[in-house]
Amino acid sequence: MKKENHFITPDQLKFCLKESLVKLNPKTMARNPIMFTVLISTSIMFIISILVLFGYKNQGSFVYNFLVFSILLITILFANFAEAIAEARGKAQAESLRKTREETPAKKIVDGKIINISSSLLKKGDIFECSIGDIIPSDGEIVEGIASIDESAITGESAPVIREAGGDKTSVTGGTKVLSDHIIVRVTAQPGESFLDKMIALVEGASRQKSPNEIALTILLSGFTLVFVIVCVTLKPFADYTGTTITIASLVSLFVCLIPTTIGGLLSAIGIAGMDRALRANVITKSGKAVETAGDIDTLLLDKTGTITIGNRKATNFYAINSNNLNEFIDACILASISDQTPEGKSIVELGRNQGFIADQSALIGCKWIEFSAQTKCSGVELRNGVTIVKGAMEAICQIIESNNKVFPNYAREISHKIAENGGTPLVLAMDNDVMGVIELQDIIKPGIQDRFERLRKMGVKTVMVTGDNALTAQYIANKAGVDDFIAEAKPEDKMEYIRNEQSNGKLVAMMGDGTNDAPALAQADVGVAMNSGTQAAKEAGNMVDLDNDPTKLIEIVEIGKQLLMTRGTLTTFSIANDVAKYFAIVPALFMSSIPALKALNVMNLSSPESAILSAVIFNALIIPALIPLALKGVQYKPIGASAILRRNLFIYGLGGAIVPFIGIKLIDMAIATIL
Amino acid sequence: MKTEIIGLLLQIGLTIMLSYPLGYYISKVYKGEKTFLDFLSPIENMFYRICRIDPKEKMNWKIFLITLLTVNFVWFFWGIILLVAQGVLPLNPDGNPSQSISQAFNTSISFMVNCNLQHYSGESGLTYFTQLFVIMLFQFITAATGMSAFAAMLKGMSAKTTHNLGNFWVYLIKSVTRILLPLSLIVGFLIIIGGVPMSFEGKQTLTTLEGQEQTISQGPVAAVVAIKQLGTNGGGFYGANSAHPLENPSYFTNMIEGIAIMLLPMAFIWTLGFYIKKHRFALGIFLVMLLPYLSSVSIAVGQEMRGNPKIEEMGISQHSGSMEGKEIRIGAGATALWAMSTTVTSNGSVNGMHDSLTPLSGMLAILNMQVNCWFGGVGVGFMNYYIFIIIAVFLSGLMVGRTPEFLGKKIEAKEMKIAIIITLLHPFLILCGTAIASYLAVSDPQLASAWLANPSFHGLSEMFYEFTSSSANNGSGFEGLGDNTNFWNISTGIVLIISRYLPIIGQIAIVGLLASKKYIPESAGTLKTDTSTFALMTFVVIIIIAALAFFPALTLGPIAEYLNL
Amino acid sequence: MKNLIISIKITILFCITLLLAYVLVLWLFAGLSTPNFGKVNTIKANNKIVGVENIGQNFSSEKYFWSRPSAVNYNGSGSGGSNKGVTNPNYLRDVSSRIDSFLIHHPYLKKSEVPSEMVTASGSGLDPHITIESAYLQVIRVAKARKVKPDEIKNIIDSVIETPIIGISVINVLKLNIAMDSKLNK
Repeated sequence: MKKENHFITPDQLKFCLKESLVKLNPKTMARNPIMFTVLISTSIMFIISILVLFGYKNQGSFVYNFLVFSILLITILFANFAEAIAEARGKAQAESLRKTREETPAKKIVDGKIINISSSLLKKGDIFECSIGDIIPSDGEIVEGIASIDESAITGESAPVIREAGGDKTSVTGGTKVLSDHIIVRVTAQPGESFLDKMIALVEGASRQKSPNEIALTILLSGFTLVFVIVCVTLKPFADYTGTTITIASLVSLFVCLIPTTIGGLLSAIGIAGMDRALRANVITKSGKAVETAGDIDTLLLDKTGTITIGNRKATNFYAINSNNLNEFIDACILASISDQTPEGKSIVELGRNQGFIADQSALIGCKWIEFSAQTKCSGVELRNGVTIVKGAMEAICQIIESNNKVFPNYAREISHKIAENGGTPLVLAMDNDVMGVIELQDIIKPGIQDRFERLRKMGVKTVMVTGDNALTAQYIANKAGVDDFIAEAKPEDKMEYIRNEQSNGKLVAMMGDGTNDAPALAQADVGVAMNSGTQAAKEAGNMVDLDNDPTKLIEIVEIGKQLLMTRGTLTTFSIANDVAKYFAIVPALFMSSIPALKALNVMNLSSPESAILSAVIFNALIIPALIPLALKGVQYKPIGASAILRRNLFIYGLGGAIVPFIGIKLIDMAIATIL
Repeated sequence: MKTEIIGLLLQIGLTIMLSYPLGYYISKVYKGEKTFLDFLSPIENMFYRICRIDPKEKMNWKIFLITLLTVNFVWFFWGIILLVAQGVLPLNPDGNPSQSISQAFNTSISFMVNCNLQHYSGESGLTYFTQLFVIMLFQFITAATGMSAFAAMLKGMSAKTTHNLGNFWVYLIKSVTRILLPLSLIVGFLIIIGGVPMSFEGKQTLTTLEGQEQTISQGPVAAVVAIKQLGTNGGGFYGANSAHPLENPSYFTNMIEGIAIMLLPMAFIWTLGFYIKKHRFALGIFLVMLLPYLSSVSIAVGQEMRGNPKIEEMGISQHSGSMEGKEIRIGAGATALWAMSTTVTSNGSVNGMHDSLTPLSGMLAILNMQVNCWFGGVGVGFMNYYIFIIIAVFLSGLMVGRTPEFLGKKIEAKEMKIAIIITLLHPFLILCGTAIASYLAVSDPQLASAWLANPSFHGLSEMFYEFTSSSANNGSGFEGLGDNTNFWNISTGIVLIISRYLPIIGQIAIVGLLASKKYIPESAGTLKTDTSTFALMTFVVIIIIAALAFFPALTLGPIAEYLNL
Repeated sequence: MKNLIISIKITILFCITLLLAYVLVLWLFAGLSTPNFGKVNTIKANNKIVGVENIGQNFSSEKYFWSRPSAVNYNGSGSGGSNKGVTNPNYLRDVSSRIDSFLIHHPYLKKSEVPSEMVTASGSGLDPHITIESAYLQVIRVAKARKVKPDEIKNIIDSVIETPIIGISVINVLKLNIAMDSKLNK
């Protein structure tokens, strides 16, 4: 996918400006109680301004009242603008995905005949055909055939992937291109109901539901707003009692400055931006809640293969029983593996060649391949001269040799055991029922994976490796990769059981899966990330879909979730800390003229009551657009332990939030003083 | 001068030292473990048998609250009936009359909510019978009510997942027999030795040296004084409360009574640590509470000992400090300390007249009550703090990128809603009450002059103080306020009831809701609540909420008065 | 309903328990440990009760030491303070006139020597004490009225100073005046 580089395009800007005005609709505003009270305040100021224009006394000049009105209006527009930007960016991201699949011709199969229609007319359950060079018109599941597919339009990854009917890699995505072969696909989503469509709808806000956490925060913020309603309303009789006159403009300004408009204005933008960031990481989320939950994950289930280790095992060493015929042994290894297309077989040939052995290919002329079968559990070659070379697991070879009344050498047993202890897999090679040596296969742990697990550990996330290996090997790899726990010889039910067990201890579990047999576990997990290449069942079961099919993506998802919560928390703190300075700007301004002694509270030495109030309101408005970038990008998450993060954020956003407005308001006041 | 300061430090130090073992003891009482007072269990068993209480009955939070409210309801009528009939009841050697129904209504509410907004004077408004079986009785059992709620909170906090908050009756009975009664006896013995009267004789009449008639009230003073200090009720035997030379005859009794104010509120924080086995957590809370207490004490002591600047302008000596409304034997410093102690703990007893405090001390007294959880009332003090913890946990949980959880329980919208309502309630009652009073005072200057002993900013402070004191269930007052009128009786009565029961209901509800949730074990990503950072966070939340809500009103009251000095 | 019955029963039981285990215990303790069986300590002069130890009295005669101003005029059954705010102009006027009258009766004092406690009302209105300094300042007036040497009066003052282990040293005005009456009448 093309990454969006600029923050906002001119087109988007135009759209956002329009959208800010459209969102002034009170019905829309009522969704956000904080900004709604600002709207009411603005309306009040509008009425006051008009009244003053027609001679209403004791409320200050028309210009002053109108200025306050305008600034309040701008405050709302800024907040709306923030939400519009977040939406626009999220939508642009999603649109660029959707564009790839719009209006491509589809070859629909009806009663065995192919009809060419537009992709938008495809319905769920329809069957279509794709051949070389076709763009797949819709999300679907392969019912027949196998094909290599270029998914770069979606994932940005150029290497083609194989998709085939049956098994776990049946899913194809609309917009991707068939590079070879021919497949028949069944449509799995109604037009407009694919995951992407759902995501776009989420971003657009039409179906956006507040997450539980967002609701709780809104309650807190509404509480603060209510406190200030009480504070400002009751201030009037207090002032009357002490013989102070307060203009409505001042009271309204005080109110708007005190309520947490900063976080109130940015709250929905933060939520949308969270989903947008997930999308940028090529993860489609089915709800905003899923992103939040990701931030709370305690336990992470990861498949060993492909996540912790590089796909498959590799040959790393040859151990000959008799060190004198090491060369013959290696030659035999290569000969036995040349036709073996498994990654292990290939790696044996590669290792041999790297050590300078070029097996005599002529020996293979007229040979007979022994294919791997579930019964024999070994593979190899029968040469023209009748020599048989087989390689396989120790138990399998041992059985063959002993059934031929020969002795399996103890030395081979020892080597095998040692290899297994080191996390490797021994592969025993025998020529004509004589053990020649042992090949060591090792899992290669992905570079840098230890660091990522360390990072997770610092976040408080427990990592669990899931593998089909035996406990000994699993233990070794678990130690080496630095995971906290492992499930060895894992069956799909084991995963499920593990998740249930963790959850019953109150933990939140995330997992990634692709196969149909993963679906129950994906559904059970609190955050289930299905790979886009996975089966439809898996994708339906999970609450996120990873377009990159990258199992380490979970780590990023956890961080995005945490960022989302942190951004909310820090901006709330910032917003409330701001009030301290605003009090010191406005309260003396309110009373200074009637109670000269209160000048002592004017610690910022603002030039006049009017400019003090205007400065505070202007600062309050400007801080919203100033924080939009932070709201959209999110507060950076560093895994340094919860207390350290709290200290850090409390320092930056709490203390900073208390200090910044002192400086800001003073500067604005100085500017106003020079203008007036 | 110096000995005064040493006396204050000694008093604070002693209180802290005594509170720690007491806290440990209380935790054992509420856990039902063995203590050295187990020989009292026959008394408790008698209660269970006669009342047909099954001490093993478990109560969930709803049943717990219903029980608590029922018994309070009964007490309300108990109080009214006895006060209205006191004239004909025994133990009335001075022949004091019965209270009118409206006065009885106010008095009964005031003491039912463990407050002491006394709109009567103890010498003439009560008989010895009602002093004992309304006032003193309520001082025991309503304090025990708050303590029972606290015990339920401890039970809820310590369990992993439970619906059981314990048995209200057991907590109530044990709070009296195991905690309040033994402590009151000790304090009672000490102050009797110090010269506080304890008799059932009537007034002493005599002719003074200069030939004037003087009538001196006496009675079972020590019995009331001991429990009013310990149970953070504060309702004195005499009108002048502990400023009265018979209620508080010497520096020694002043110290005992001063220690008694802070002892249980401090001990309860340690109890928390022992009960839920989180000592660092408790220590953090204790320090968060101690710091503002000590700061307010040092400012107030400094202000009062410095004297009144307006009198300084007259050019006389203020060697003893600002002495208006203070007693010589107690001194300005100890009066300032008491003023702070009584307001942080919602005690409400006084040993000097708060109305005559210098503006900053007066403001701190108001502010302490507005926060209402620097130690706070017995039991309910921490419960108020608990609400702020919930908010602090929520905010700081967000700030570390994790759905907020406290002691392994997730804090969600429902708890937040309750916490916010309770946090809002205090400023709402105080500000709205004062606003209505101010409005009435402005529209009818005659009313204002009838109400207020002082004009201008200080007049506003008087009204502000009265509603703050009511909402904090404190009971002290800027007594210059003529508060025995219909407006004040009714309005403060309403405020008292709401501000007592709504928070308890909300706090117990939150605890009950959280207790029944699934327990989540701690991980490295969990925000630790026993760190200094979290303690600081809670402190900031409390200060910000209190400061933001009350700053403008304080500006027009005590701050304006101070700046006009 | 069950709770209601328990509530009533438990309230009565609390009354009984507190009466027996608390009030009566304290009462007995007071009876045993104090000379007056828990009653107020009366002070006699010439076999007549003239006061209660801890309750202040109003003194206006020139031959007596004066107590502090009282907002309730030393009414022993109605205690209370003035409740005046420190910035109240009426109150400050009162204080000012008290200073003036104090200076009229003590013409030998400089204004800066007038102690604030002698011109401000106490909290209870019954404060029995004054500071030692305040007593010393009145010596010359009293000596003049009684026609004795100031040193004699000073000695009497010194004999009634109450100095607690911790706390403030005070003079009980009633005791001082009685001591003076008895010693100077001989």
